[in-house]
Amino acid sequence: MALVVQRPKLSLAEKLYLPAVLGGLMLTIRHFFKSLGGKTETMQYPEQKWDDKLPEWYRGAPTLVADEWGRERCVSCQLCEFICPPRAITITPEEIPRTDVWAKVEKRPKEFEIDMIRCIYCGLCEEVCPEQAIFLRKDYAITGYSRAEMKHNKAKLYELGGVMPDVINKWNDQK
Amino acid sequence: MDSLNFLQQPIVFLVWTSILKTLFVLFGAILPLVSLSVFAERKVSAFIQDRLGPNRVGAPASLLGFKKDPHLWGFGQMVADPIKLLLKENFIPNSVNKFYYYIAPKLTMIPPLLVLAVIPFGSSFLTGPDGKPVQMVIANIDVGVLYVFAVSSLGVYGIVLAGWASNSKYPFLGGIRSSSQMISYELALGLSVVPVFLICGTINLSQIVDWQIKNGWLIFPISVVGGVHFEWWRLALIPLMGISFIIFLVSMFAETNRTPFDLPEAEQELVGGYHTEYSSMGFALFFLGEYAAMIAGSGVIVTLFFGGWSLPWIPDGTSTWLFGLENHVWSWVPGAFWGFVNINVFFAKVCAFIFFFIWVRWTVPRFRYDQLMRLGWIYFFEIALANIFLVAAVLVYLKP
Repeated sequence: MALVVQRPKLSLAEKLYLPAVLGGLMLTIRHFFKSLGGKTETMQYPEQKWDDKLPEWYRGAPTLVADEWGRERCVSCQLCEFICPPRAITITPEEIPRTDVWAKVEKRPKEFEIDMIRCIYCGLCEEVCPEQAIFLRKDYAITGYSRAEMKHNKAKLYELGGVMPDVINKWNDQK
Repeated sequence: MDSLNFLQQPIVFLVWTSILKTLFVLFGAILPLVSLSVFAERKVSAFIQDRLGPNRVGAPASLLGFKKDPHLWGFGQMVADPIKLLLKENFIPNSVNKFYYYIAPKLTMIPPLLVLAVIPFGSSFLTGPDGKPVQMVIANIDVGVLYVFAVSSLGVYGIVLAGWASNSKYPFLGGIRSSSQMISYELALGLSVVPVFLICGTINLSQIVDWQIKNGWLIFPISVVGGVHFEWWRLALIPLMGISFIIFLVSMFAETNRTPFDLPEAEQELVGGYHTEYSSMGFALFFLGEYAAMIAGSGVIVTLFFGGWSLPWIPDGTSTWLFGLENHVWSWVPGAFWGFVNINVFFAKVCAFIFFFIWVRWTVPRFRYDQLMRLGWIYFFEIALANIFLVAAVLVYLKP
């Protein structure tokens, strides 16, 4: 049984269409004058930023973090490099010399590069890191004038990452 | 000064004033207005949608050594847009019909400019060697409105040719849509102005303006020449002229391909319509053509229904009256000043209509194609036709 949809009965004013158009025009001109008076929804982007409106779980640029004593967390296990779907991460590992104060850890990255043109902000590197050394922080305005500039090296990554204190402490002798 | 006397010879005088008028209309009024209306379109649409619109491009003062670039509320966009379009690569697809592809944008740009030749945009500045004032209209021809319709309907050739020469399906559909739309609304447009001719008894646009100065605007029939006076029989004309005006206005929207009748360039259905295959300046000419058509259309509406360059209580370039009275206190003001005021009044009215065009574009959604055809053929055509008889009846039975 077919369903018969009743056509709505339109009044003459509705059929004429013009009152509706005039109503619409009144609505838009109200918005026009409201905006002319300076009340707009626009955020003036480079001057005003999203920073304080970003949710806690926001995934911005992947960065390396140091602990509260300024030590590198990364042990160059290369798990993040392995898991990275677009292969944006390149790690050159290096052995920590025996004479170093932090020789217990044995490895550290000599160079750590993330190609931000490739990065898809999936957060898998953050998930996979056993040392909680890589985090997706809230930086989102990542720009550069060249491809080379868009490759974040170790220094840049630590600069963006900053300090992140927490429980894992690989230098703990009991561990 | 004696060496300039030859300028006063009738033929030479006619030539140089005509050239001056043409240059003024083309470069002094229309091209800046097109640029301004593109900017206004972006700004008004932004304001209607509670946005800010372009507000960054200002004067590049830092190039000259100043510390800050004044933003000028984004007015630099008016210059930046054409520069951007001129500098972009003009990509021509291999499969197009080169000749028609080249001339199509020009064909849409030229007709609106030609229309402007017959629209009186001011009263008069100078007195000629024969003692007659120089009319501020490039070509004061007696077939005025017929010429307007004849030329403005040529604009469709550009769109149809662009659609056909692009050798691509969507532009072709856009061109076809445009031609059928133009034909449907040309009829309503022509019929809706017949009452104007019936009332004024002329189709010369300058004389229509003169008639409106003496007898009041057609949409607002109160005359103020020699004191306010009003004729009761014209009360009956107000609703009829209102109908005429609304039909003319809506048909003008359809003629200039403006929303809600912009079916030839409906992005959601036709990718971009007739100008899909055009880039840089070719595309810009279509764009400018649309805006120039909008300005010309506004000029025609203003001239036919809103008294052209006249404003009640403001004299024209030659008369001595002011505020509706013969007033010798004001006779020291040179006529050229009032001529200048009249030109500004005309363009102010045109700008008000451009604002209206933009306002409607960001309010009313696009029509469906069958709705468009039904509106044109079934409603407007009949109503405009009936309106002619009603106006004629008023003129026969009520006019004393």
